[in-house]
Amino acid sequence: MMRTKKSTRAAQYVALAAYLVFLAFPFLWLISTAFKPARELGSLDPTWIPKDPTLENFRQAFDEQPLLQAAGNSLVAAVSAALIAVVIATPMAYVMARHRTRLAKAATGWVVVSQAFPFVLIIIPLFLILKNLHLINSLLGLIMVYVVWSLPFALWMLVGYVRAVPAELEEAAAVDGASRVRTFVSVVAPLLAPGIVATAMFAFITAWNEFFFALVLLKTPEKQTLPVILNRFIGAEGVADLGPLAAAAFLATIPSLVIFAIIQKRITGGMLAGAVKA
Amino acid sequence: MTLATATKRSARGAPNRGGADHGAWFLVLPALIPILVLSVGPLLYGIALAFTDSQSGRTEPTQWIGALNFQDLLHDTLFWDSFRIGLLWAFGVTVPQFLLALGLALLLNQNLRFRWLARALAIIPWAMPEVVVGIMWRLVYHPDAGVLNETLSTFGLGEGKDWLTGTATALFAVIAVGVWAGMPQTTVALLAGLQNTPRELHEAAAMDGAGAWRRFRTVTWPAIKPIALAITALNFIWNFNSFALVYVLTQGGPGGRTRLPMLFAYEQAFRYGQFGYAAAMGCVMVAVISVLLAVYLVGRLKGGDEA
Repeated sequence: MMRTKKSTRAAQYVALAAYLVFLAFPFLWLISTAFKPARELGSLDPTWIPKDPTLENFRQAFDEQPLLQAAGNSLVAAVSAALIAVVIATPMAYVMARHRTRLAKAATGWVVVSQAFPFVLIIIPLFLILKNLHLINSLLGLIMVYVVWSLPFALWMLVGYVRAVPAELEEAAAVDGASRVRTFVSVVAPLLAPGIVATAMFAFITAWNEFFFALVLLKTPEKQTLPVILNRFIGAEGVADLGPLAAAAFLATIPSLVIFAIIQKRITGGMLAGAVKA
Repeated sequence: MTLATATKRSARGAPNRGGADHGAWFLVLPALIPILVLSVGPLLYGIALAFTDSQSGRTEPTQWIGALNFQDLLHDTLFWDSFRIGLLWAFGVTVPQFLLALGLALLLNQNLRFRWLARALAIIPWAMPEVVVGIMWRLVYHPDAGVLNETLSTFGLGEGKDWLTGTATALFAVIAVGVWAGMPQTTVALLAGLQNTPRELHEAAAMDGAGAWRRFRTVTWPAIKPIALAITALNFIWNFNSFALVYVLTQGGPGGRTRLPMLFAYEQAFRYGQFGYAAAMGCVMVAVISVLLAVYLVGRLKGGDEA
């Protein structure tokens, strides 16, 4: 083992502390603001810890905007998109991982390129197509967009999981006379289950957090998802009721944070496999 | 017809004689069709739109106008402003983000106490909806009720300063948020690269009397270089394409000082209804990004070889 000098260690801890502060302080401020009564927020001498913590902001947030309905819309969109995405992506990922056909190569190329795409070139035609189908201001239209939008990364992650399944198992199934589809359904898919769950959770978070497509496609508050409704808290002039805004923003983050904490390690693996390996 | 037959046979578990690829096609189609219809199709449609005068709510039929939109873009100073701001923003975010992430990754690779805390905290910016990140930083930057001015004023600085609406500070203010928001992801990627570096190499270098900087240059950096290049190229592209964060923070203001290309294109398309013009702008962005993407792909292929 290498020995590290005491002065070096001290410098390292100072640096680590600085990073921790940098990462944590905006979030702590958000929480602090969410629990401050209006009178403290108006004071010109803001404090870190609310003197009179209150839940009033949370109540007011629900009064000001249809938060519950928005959360419901977000939930419907995110759950549907995640489920559909993994159901259709898993078989394709299987083929991409196991067969070096031209199709699999083209799909891999598409996955790479689509990570880099400016959405504006896609959203204008999608807007026109969905308008013709009367799917503007409809969660169904948004779900369709989210499915395709989350597919590249879902495929990325799933291809990695398929590669981790030993090919011998499939060969054994083939010797027993099982078809490709049957091998996939009864041998590969069950082994992939944990990976599929992680991928679905990631697709859920992506859709839950998504703002741009929802902003363009959803027009009325009854249909809008949580990020769009949160943005409505900030008025046209940028003036906002800070307390309720902070309270609502804090609540909207909790699902993603919880899920992300669970799957973070798996995503890191998937991301690296995607970004670095061929 | 063929597909349906293949399915029926497969469902009964009979061997798929002579039709090995039907099975593969059947597995691919459920994803391939939506991709073609909702992604590749719109992309081609989008490129076609760039050569038309398509507008929202117009009664006359849309017409082909050749490269007119592109000619207009060439002379549109607002577009060039947004393009310049987009590059400034992408560099301004990507470079500090990378350096800070590298520093943090090197620290987390050391045997320090509390490093688990840094990993736990890193989840926050990564998992948060961009809209919430924007809102959170609006609260931090708030001229009266914000923590930044409060902290600065204890040092006698920044009393009542409005960071997001000041023409001199707005771009810096949003860049700082961009750095904060993207740092953890980069850190985790670099950390994974560091952890694949063989420890023995470090120890051998240390035995030979190499200092910290020399060890970094000769051992650490070569090992993480492929990941570093790939992640930096990708970050640059993602940042150039950003929308939500800056939209929530400033809406592109003050006076267009933070109007990134995506915000400009969004305004053109969905505020002024200029679909053809905005699509042309999208094409220009794709052209720029293709160059960056080529850099990324070269880095990625190299990484694949060395891995």
